[in-house]
Order: sequence, then structure tokens, then C-alpha cells
Amino acid sequence: MLALEARATQSASAAWLSPLLAMALTGLTGALIFLAMGKAPGIALYIYFIEPLTSWSGLSEVAVKAGPLILIGIGLSVGFRAGVWNIGAEGQFIAGALLGSAPAVVFYDSTNPLILPAMLALGVLGGMAWAAIPALLKTRFNANEILVSLMLVYVAELLLVHLVQGPWRNPQGWGFPGTRMFPDAALLPMLFRGYRVHLGTLIALLVPLLAWFVLTKSRFGFKVRVFGSAPLAARHAGISNPRMIWATLLIGGGLAGLAGIMEAASTIGQLMPKISPGYGFTAIIVAFLGRLHPVGVALAGSAIAVTYIGGEGAQISAGLPKAVTGLFQGIILFYLLAFDLLTRYRLTRIGNKVSAT
Amino acid sequence: MTTPALLQLQGIRKEFPGCLANDNISLDITPGEIHALLGENGAGKSTLVKIIYGVLRPDQGQIRWHGNPVQIPHPAGARELGIGMVFQHFSLFESMTTLENVALALPPQDLNELRARLEQTANDYGLTLHPDRHVYDLSMGERQRIEIVRCLLQNPSLLILDEPTSVLTPQETETLFATLRTLAGEGRSILYISHKLEEVRTLCDRATILRGGQRVDECIPANETAHSMAEKMIGRRVESAPRHTAPSASEARLQVTDLSVRSDQPHGTDIDSVSFSVRAGEILAIAGIAGNGQIELMNALSGETGPPRSGSIRMLDTEAGALTPVARRQLGAVFVPEERIGQAAVSDLNLVQNSFLTSADRLGFVSRGLVNWAGVEHYAQEILQRFDVKAAGTAALANSLSGGNLQKFIVGREILQQPQLLVVSQPTWGVDAGAAAAIHEQIQRLVSAGAGALIISQDLDEIFALCDRIAVISQGTLSEPQLASDITTQEVGLLMGASRERTESLSHAGA
Repeated sequence: MLALEARATQSASAAWLSPLLAMALTGLTGALIFLAMGKAPGIALYIYFIEPLTSWSGLSEVAVKAGPLILIGIGLSVGFRAGVWNIGAEGQFIAGALLGSAPAVVFYDSTNPLILPAMLALGVLGGMAWAAIPALLKTRFNANEILVSLMLVYVAELLLVHLVQGPWRNPQGWGFPGTRMFPDAALLPMLFRGYRVHLGTLIALLVPLLAWFVLTKSRFGFKVRVFGSAPLAARHAGISNPRMIWATLLIGGGLAGLAGIMEAASTIGQLMPKISPGYGFTAIIVAFLGRLHPVGVALAGSAIAVTYIGGEGAQISAGLPKAVTGLFQGIILFYLLAFDLLTRYRLTRIGNKVSAT
Repeated sequence: MTTPALLQLQGIRKEFPGCLANDNISLDITPGEIHALLGENGAGKSTLVKIIYGVLRPDQGQIRWHGNPVQIPHPAGARELGIGMVFQHFSLFESMTTLENVALALPPQDLNELRARLEQTANDYGLTLHPDRHVYDLSMGERQRIEIVRCLLQNPSLLILDEPTSVLTPQETETLFATLRTLAGEGRSILYISHKLEEVRTLCDRATILRGGQRVDECIPANETAHSMAEKMIGRRVESAPRHTAPSASEARLQVTDLSVRSDQPHGTDIDSVSFSVRAGEILAIAGIAGNGQIELMNALSGETGPPRSGSIRMLDTEAGALTPVARRQLGAVFVPEERIGQAAVSDLNLVQNSFLTSADRLGFVSRGLVNWAGVEHYAQEILQRFDVKAAGTAALANSLSGGNLQKFIVGREILQQPQLLVVSQPTWGVDAGAAAAIHEQIQRLVSAGAGALIISQDLDEIFALCDRIAVISQGTLSEPQLASDITTQEVGLLMGASRERTESLSHAGA
């Protein structure tokens, strides 16, 4: 019989090695899956993982996809470090997009340059408001934030569908669900002509630096760490339980909301029934793949973004189903968790008898 | 030696990464012998015992059982041979009954038959047990008796006891010793791990002394003094701490009046209308067996569990009942809870970060939300230096320190904040003699300089060596504090066990 036995010491390098190994094994497993589907594994893997990186437009698309993943991943990693399990970033993303879009929907012909900052601020507030619900219920009634935040995702999705089919529907849209296109003043400026990389992508790259600074240099960062790894020590040191829950959920919600409004106010340019390819959920993988470290999250967000773009390419040029992207993300997480387990435990055989030698 | 050895260890070696825990240790235990295994924390006692009990395997060396070489791959193998063990931390399910807990550890069998055997064994050895009472309801002494009976039901020829008296009253200790002597009289051997040297002197036939993973000496405890054995254990002379002199009258540093606290733990103990005061220059002890409300009292004093249900806590002339832990520290009070890892320190943070944990505000290490880590680093170094903490520098993680060194670090972290009031729970629990003496000395010094100290402890030796007045906590109520010179160990022991006997007789009447 096999059993898991805790290791006396854990290798420090294993923490960084296991995401890399997980990605390598995911590639290998992917090759087997492609083979089983009757595709040439070499070509399919190339389309998935390499081709997006071989052209400027590919890189630009990867950066555009990485932006929201990194933003949300950073916010979630702060919470996860503190042991606050916000699983509902997808809902906070949508809530941010909803509230942030309100000015653009109401003042649809505005040219006021202040409309964009207002939208970004409202986007952050929208995400925070959505995350405040699990925070309130957890601090007041000790309700599990995993369940509350997750269920609120579906509420947010339905609210979005309701708005774009009802009150916010474009009157000139021939009945299609969706708002008017946002005015130019309400769109994030593009960075380079001909590419979709926009100001939001830049912001998304700066946030990890800010997060790194806060987590390592500030007292708040220290509190997050202590609160997550030793709640009783946190209490002993006078770190307030409700305040940490509120703070980490609001940070996670705020960044997800910011990602949401930046997505709506850039590549989409309006609100539609579906505005996210599951960024909020994928960012959970990003946060863990990045070891809850800001730099790691930035790298992991970029790596996962490649699979999104590669998936689109594979759909078009190799006729692979879109579901393969989700499959890859799932396999990565699976291997990552397996490696993490094996860095903390080793497999041993048990059940041998007492023996005289 | 004329009798052949029951258990013989030859050249046992066990190495962990970065630590040679057992180095060429040889040991033999004869039938019917009570053999003490002495050593400071980190001397290698636990490792050696785990090897005997099949939890660990030696890298080198041989184990002989009745003269035959054996390998003990797991605890079940040890039990098959006839080795039983009672761990320091009991492995009992609190929400199950005594009988159920015993049944779980044995091969499946008829419960009624087992009940009869259980009662028979318990009676034979004078171990009072109630098969149908739930464990959460039982004292530490009773819980230990379950563990012992559970071992005895497997008819062991060697019984290993790890620090068995650390949770017992003096009276319970006497009962345990009587049982152990009966067992030895039947020809069973006992390996007794302890660092309470007086006990070893009265109980044990022989003692093997470990230090730094090596067997450094063997002696007949009856021919030694506690002091001479302590020196063998530590390897150098032991100085007893200079005693502070309590002032006859001084102002109160802590005044607790009619304090009642509801426990936030399942099966916890509520504090019921407790009053006492700690004056400047004085050490007050609160003695008691673990689980009688000490944790609840400690957390109420440190402010970790919020305002009390009723009553007042006046700390350094300020009403502190509603203050946060940080605000209480700002007044000049510091706290050392009994739980070192996870409460007083964070295991996976380094010593710099752990220094910051409770000193952040009092020593002003934060400005505009940012931490002055260079300043904290300096402070951490000062703690290591002044309190002789053995660690691989300030970057060492808290969990890499031995229990004694971590406790010296924690006490040092608080004392260097120059508090006016020190509240410390179980200051030397599981700490080796050298470190304990160092901690006692630092507390004495702080109090001599005018601070007040409250020590919550179940170690009566410590209490009588250190404290000016003694009160006993039992089931959440506190006895009237008395001068240490006016009360004996036996009287304190009786108070510690007193109200439990009362409830026991009550529950008997009800049954």
C-alpha cells in the first residue's frame, strides 16, 4: 500500500520548479491528447504555444489577454496569501465592467476627457461592491466566502444579460443584446497603431510592481502574510480579523473590477451578454501558478494568455475545439497541485511485517 | 549485569538534514527496570524513542530484543514485539468515550468483553477509569490513565512514557509512580523520559543521559542529586537565579476585579468572577492544571478575545477591558502565551519578521505604513545576543529553533520592550534546564527593575522558585492568592485538584 509521509525538509527551489515542470508536463500530455485526436502533435503544440509568440500581432494579443489575468491574479493572490478564498473574481470583473460602463452608456456621445477616469474609478468601485457582499457576510455571520463569492458570479452574469437586453440595450442595435458602442473618449487609448495593446495593458504590468512593493515593504503586506499563515499569531499581534477580510476582499474585487471596465473600454468597446472568457476563474490558476508572488503572477498570467491566443489559432488553422484551451488550463493546475503535494510529502510503501534479520 | 537485557541498542545513529540527532547511542534495559532517559531538549531523546517505537528507522546500529536482532519498521511492529508507548501529547478523540478510544486502538472485538477487561486492568493497577465518560470531560491525569491502560491491554514488556508528569498534580504523580512500581514489580520494564530530576531520583533505577545526540553518561539516580544530574545533562555548571525581593507595598500594575469570560473554544473553560492584583516589583503565580481556564484568562488579559463578559481589567492605571492587544501593549504591558508556534511566533517567518510581530508599535518600527526592516533587524540581533538564543542568524525561520531557544527568543522579544507588566503563560514548558534558568533570570531582573509579572504555570518547582504570591486556578475560578512562604507544594496540589474531585463526586452521585 502507498501512503503520503511529510517530508522533514522542503526544497526551496521546488516552489519555483513545480510550475515549470507542470507546464512542461502539460505540453507532453497535450501532445498525447492531440495524437489521440488524430492531429500531428508537433504542429498542434507549435500552434498552441509557440506561434502566438512569433509575430508582433501575436505578442500584442497575448499582452491584451494577459492584462486582465495579471490584474485579477494579483488581487486574488493577496487574498489567498491571507487565507481569504475569493473564488468569485469573475463576478467582480463583470460588476466592475457594469458600473464602470454606466457613464459611457448614459453619456453615449460624450467627448469629455474626464469620462474615462470616472469609468475606471467606477469600475474599481463596482468590483469592490461585489466583493463587499462576501466580506460583509463573512465578518457578520461567518458565511463561507468561497461559496458566497462563487454564487455571486452567476448573479452578476444574469444582471449583465438583463441590462444589455433590457434597459441598456442599444436602440439602434436591431434588437441584438448589447449596449451602444462607447464614445472614443470612453475608450482606453491604444499604444501602437495597428495593434490592440492599450493603456490598460500597461497598467496591468505596473500593478505587480506596486503589489510587490506593498507586500514586502509595508506593514499591510506583513499583516497579510501573518494572517494567512498563523491566524492565532495575527490575533496575538492585534491584527484585526474583520479588517483583514474586508481589505483583502476589497483589493481582489477592486482589481477584478478594474480589469472588467478596462476590458469593456478597450477591445470590446461596449457591453455584451458575454464579456469575459472566464478571466476570473483562470486567474485563480494564474495566482497559484505564480506562487502568489507578484512577479510570478505576471509571468504566469502571460503564460496562460498564450494558451488563450494559441487556442484561437488552433481553432482556426487546425480545427481544434475551443474546449482544448480549458483542458490545458485544467491540466496545468492538476500537475501544479500534484507537484506541490509531492514537495511537501513523499510517497512511501507501508504494510511490511516485523522481520528478524 | 547478570540479567540479560530485554532491549539492547547498539551504535544507533540517525541523521536528519543538518542535524545528527543520534550519534552512536548504546543503551540496554533489563526486565523489571525503570530506566530514565535524561537530556535537554534537542539532546536526541525523542528521536531515540521514536526509533525504539518504530516511528523512525535508524541509519546505523542494531536493536536487540531478548538478545535477538530485530527491525521495527512501524509502531504496529513495536506493539507486536511488546513495546507500548504513552506520548506526551495524548492521541485521544475528545468527543468519544474512554471505552471507544480504547477500542479504536485495538483489533476489533466485542465491546462488552473489552469493557470487562478494561475495568479489570484498571483495577489491577489502581487506575481509576470511567469507561463511558467522554474524554473532553476528563482531567489530564485521567486521559493519561486511558493511554496507559490502552497500552497495558496489549500486555507490553516495555512501556515508554514521554514526560508523563508534565500535566499531573503532585497527588496524581504519586498515583502514577505507584502504578509504575507495580508494573516494574511484575517484571515489565519502563523507559521513562523526563527532565524533572527529582522525580527521576525517586522513581528510576538507572538513568542514561544524552547530550547533543550522544550518550554522555549513565548513573544511578538515587546516588545523585538533582543538581549533579542537571550538570551532566547540560555539560556545565548550573547557577540558580538570583532572587528578587518583593517590596512590602507598591502600586498595582494589574488589577483584575470580578472578571468573567466565556470561552471561545469547544470544551473550553469559562472564567468565573476572578479577582487578583499584581503589584510593581512582584511576581504573582497562577498555578493550575492545563485546561482549567488558563488560556481563556491569558487571552482576556492580552485582549485577544475582545472585551470580557463582565468585570474589570485595570492595567497600568488604565481601564483596559475594551482595549485592543496593540493598545494594551502601548500602555506598557507585554504577553507571552503558552502556544509558541502559531500564536507567539509564526513558524514560517524568520526571526526578524517575528521580532516585528509584537514590537511594531511599541518600538515605532512603522512610519507611513512602511516597515523599517533595518531597524527590526537590529532589534532581532539584540534579542539573539542578549538572550543567548542559538539560531543560524536572524534570517533563520522560527520553526528551525529548538523549543528552548524559541522561548528565549519570545521572552526576549517582550522583555526588551521594557514593559511595566509582563504576563507569561507556561514560561518554561518543554524548555530545557539551561534555557529555563536563563528565562527565570530575565524575569527576575525585569521585576527587580520595578515591573510586575504574572506567571501562569503548572510547574510547581518553577512557581515556588520564582513567585512571591500564589493563587490556584481550577475550573475557571481562582483561589485567594497567598504568600509563597505560607503555603506548601502539597497544599497547592490539593487546590489544583480540588474542584475536580468535587465535580467527579457530583457526577458519580448523578450516575
